[in-house]
Amino acid sequence: MARHTFRVWRGDANGGQLSDYEVEVNEGEVVLDVLHRLQATQTPDLAVRWNCKAGKCGSCSMEINGKPKLACMTRMSTFADGETVTVTPLRTFPVIRDLVTDVSFNFQKLREMPAFAPPPGLKPGEYRMQQVDVERSQEFRKCIECFLCQNVCHVIRDHEENKPAFSGPRLFIRAAELDMHPLDARTDRKEFAKEEQGLGYCNITKCCTEVCPEHIKITDNAIIPMKERVVDNRYDPLVWLGRKIFRRDQMPGYLGGPTQERLPVSEIVADRAGANSPYGDDITFPLPTESLTYEHTKED
Amino acid sequence: MTDNTQTSAASPAPRAQETVERHRYDVLVIGAGGAGLRAAIEARLAGKRTAIISKSLFGKAHTVMAEGGAAAAMGNVNPNDNWMVHFRDTMRGGKFLNNYRMAELHAKEAPERVWELETYGALFDRTKDGKISQRNFGGHEYPRLAHVGDRTGLELIRTLQQKIVSLQQEDKAELGDYEARVRVFAECTITDLLVTDGRIAGAIGYYRESGKIVLFEAPAIVLATGGVGKAYKVTSNSWEYTGDGHALALRAGATLINMEFLQFHPTGMVWPPSVRGILVTESVRGDGGVLRNTEGKRFMFDYVPDVFRSQYAETEEEADRWYTDPDNNRRPPELLPRDEVARAINAEVKAGRGTPAGGVYLDVSSRLPAEVILKKLPSMYHQFKELADVDITKQPMEVGPTCHYIMGGVEVDADTAATMVPGLFAAGEVSGGMHGSNRLGGNSLSDLLVFGKRAGEHAAKYVDSLSERPAVRPTDVQAAIGTILAPLTRAEGENPYAVWHELQDVMQSLVGIIRRKHELEEAIKRLEELRPRVASVKATGGRRFNPGWHLALDLRNMIVVSECVARAALEREESRGGHTREDFPTMDPKWRRLNLVCSLVGDQVTLTPKPVPKMPRELLALFDKAELKKYLTPEELAELDEPSESTGGAEAGRSN
Repeated sequence: MARHTFRVWRGDANGGQLSDYEVEVNEGEVVLDVLHRLQATQTPDLAVRWNCKAGKCGSCSMEINGKPKLACMTRMSTFADGETVTVTPLRTFPVIRDLVTDVSFNFQKLREMPAFAPPPGLKPGEYRMQQVDVERSQEFRKCIECFLCQNVCHVIRDHEENKPAFSGPRLFIRAAELDMHPLDARTDRKEFAKEEQGLGYCNITKCCTEVCPEHIKITDNAIIPMKERVVDNRYDPLVWLGRKIFRRDQMPGYLGGPTQERLPVSEIVADRAGANSPYGDDITFPLPTESLTYEHTKED
Repeated sequence: MTDNTQTSAASPAPRAQETVERHRYDVLVIGAGGAGLRAAIEARLAGKRTAIISKSLFGKAHTVMAEGGAAAAMGNVNPNDNWMVHFRDTMRGGKFLNNYRMAELHAKEAPERVWELETYGALFDRTKDGKISQRNFGGHEYPRLAHVGDRTGLELIRTLQQKIVSLQQEDKAELGDYEARVRVFAECTITDLLVTDGRIAGAIGYYRESGKIVLFEAPAIVLATGGVGKAYKVTSNSWEYTGDGHALALRAGATLINMEFLQFHPTGMVWPPSVRGILVTESVRGDGGVLRNTEGKRFMFDYVPDVFRSQYAETEEEADRWYTDPDNNRRPPELLPRDEVARAINAEVKAGRGTPAGGVYLDVSSRLPAEVILKKLPSMYHQFKELADVDITKQPMEVGPTCHYIMGGVEVDADTAATMVPGLFAAGEVSGGMHGSNRLGGNSLSDLLVFGKRAGEHAAKYVDSLSERPAVRPTDVQAAIGTILAPLTRAEGENPYAVWHELQDVMQSLVGIIRRKHELEEAIKRLEELRPRVASVKATGGRRFNPGWHLALDLRNMIVVSECVARAALEREESRGGHTREDFPTMDPKWRRLNLVCSLVGDQVTLTPKPVPKMPRELLALFDKAELKKYLTPEELAELDEPSESTGGAEAGRSN
């Protein structure tokens, strides 16, 4: 048995503070056990979400010493003897109370994601798929919707303004899952990811993959393949020719679309963080300046 | 927002400022696990405006914990499988106490329900020819469980969740509002059903987030709230499992059956405390793991019952040879049926030969080389490594029985899932009868789908049949609000956590796996003493997301359901499936003919014996006469030999 100081964020939407609790910790316990002990012995109204306590439901997401984690999967033995453990709510979502945040953003985005489209002509019981083909999507269906990936994604962490246009890693793996589903009747999953979900905002820092408790390779297996598909048309000869003839911002299929009047080249005027290179992703540098096709931003 | 929402001052209000959010729906589904979501889908497909009440966030229900799979006789792996074989297995598993009609419907309809999930986007593991793969499981004659690795429950709930979303998308396209016809009320708890003139009129509860009261006016309600594992100290169940639906049904005037039957899985983790109750798969023992007590003795040899004596090894040497040469040796006693192993572990611990945490050792490290363990039991290795920091290739696991499932539940009509109260339906773990005295692994997920659908369908039909909707009585609303707010307003009162831990202690130690008359009597006495204490707990803090307050209200349900379990366990003087009486150690065919029905008279739990629905001849004909002899009374067997009369079983057999 050891004693630890738990520094727990207490408060609600109006503000709050870190409160210190001295608490006994028994061998083999996880952070969630200690929070439960606080509830049972010191502060019964401490708000914590949890369900299965076995890393399967994804309810007890929080930030432990600043790292996004599941409290039920964070063993106390990973802290030094007597180390102070600081527990705070997920930062990307509005606080409801204490360690509970309003994660409705994620459910909203999930609701906007077009559902599986059953293949016409196949009745229930007639579906035939090979194991090797379903496995790619099955990896993404392991997701327990803990939303740690959403919480850690810097596009929306501290960037409330990006939330309307950006769905986040959880939704990108959902898009990839449906895209790779052997029998999904829709063929526009990648376009949807690009145009409606804001896939282009992601600049592949892999933070989401790092925090995934299900070890889903979010970036490598979902986001990058989806991005590659989105830029596939770059390798189409007609598009290639078009690129030689038109300004990039006039080109069909270019990120931002042909309706855009001009291409924002700097992050300051871009509608997203980490805007793509105006030079295109398929060009190596340095380039001779006279061949550049971008347009300088002008004063309006 | 839809136009049916209004906020009104509930008057006459004892607390003048208390406002109540009101909603009007056709069908209200309480519970957002497999059964609830499937019911809601069906009600919405029938055109009904449907609300789903979820105690947790949408998609977190306990269904996610199911690992094995959904049993459905699709015959994809073994073409000999069909509904009749599945029916037979289910009845045997339940020791013939099952409502035969439920078992029949379940076996017949499970394949359709599983196939349907594929049209919602589910991705099950496949056979070589691209069909849904099926795996072997205890008690199932053929490979029968549709599965996705060991996360079938997650797949099931995600699929149903996504189907709800797709219906909402259709409604958005048609009516401009995602929530026009189906709305999920997440983190919302129902505390009472409102019954007017004997019929369902609505339900009332609170939002966990804000602590605000919410009232639903709905003529049809489907209960799909799961079980009551949280009344036990060691359980594989989550916090939501506080017997809410059982208690709501009782208070509304419905009845419960088979409450004495609880399934304890023999090997749950007991150490460290954080993972207490989490399941350790049976294949650990199948692959060579042995059970030892703290004296290092392989104790299962002392617990082989006479009926099994001839099939099990008598020496360790013989048992060890079985793994490589099963034809010439008998099985190790670690592989006895679940209830036998659970009882043996329990006896060792009671005799003082258990670990301080109350378990015994399950050791595979001294039995198999590390690389074999890693290959054969990767998920167990992972589970112990990640959750417990125990390396099972080097150390023994500590295991003990864990409360897993309650077979008992709300008494329903097999075909319609209707309870005794008009307008009230129940499906899934909260309903009773389907599994008899013991549930087979894999039959739970299929049960959810089959009876979830039926409940939704018949709730919708019931709404259509009404000429007018029962009105919610303001006095009932006021009383319910008073109950909800009471723990917050008491000046004095005990900590709900302390009372809860005492309740768990009573149930764990006195109404556990092995029951004895005097212990059950003691339990009932202590539960009676706890009742007024439960009714006077005090919650500190405010109304916003206050777990202490929520527990205070959940306790009210746990105590009454616990009492049902204890009273029924005392009454049934035999041992069958999930009910073991030390003083009545065998099955008694006379008791097989009886269900114990719990109801609430005033605030007293009363028990009434009621005949088990009688299986018609054509279903009895699926069994060997020799097998039936184990279960039926001599009179019943004699009846079988009489010349066949006109049928009448199917109708007469329904429970209401």
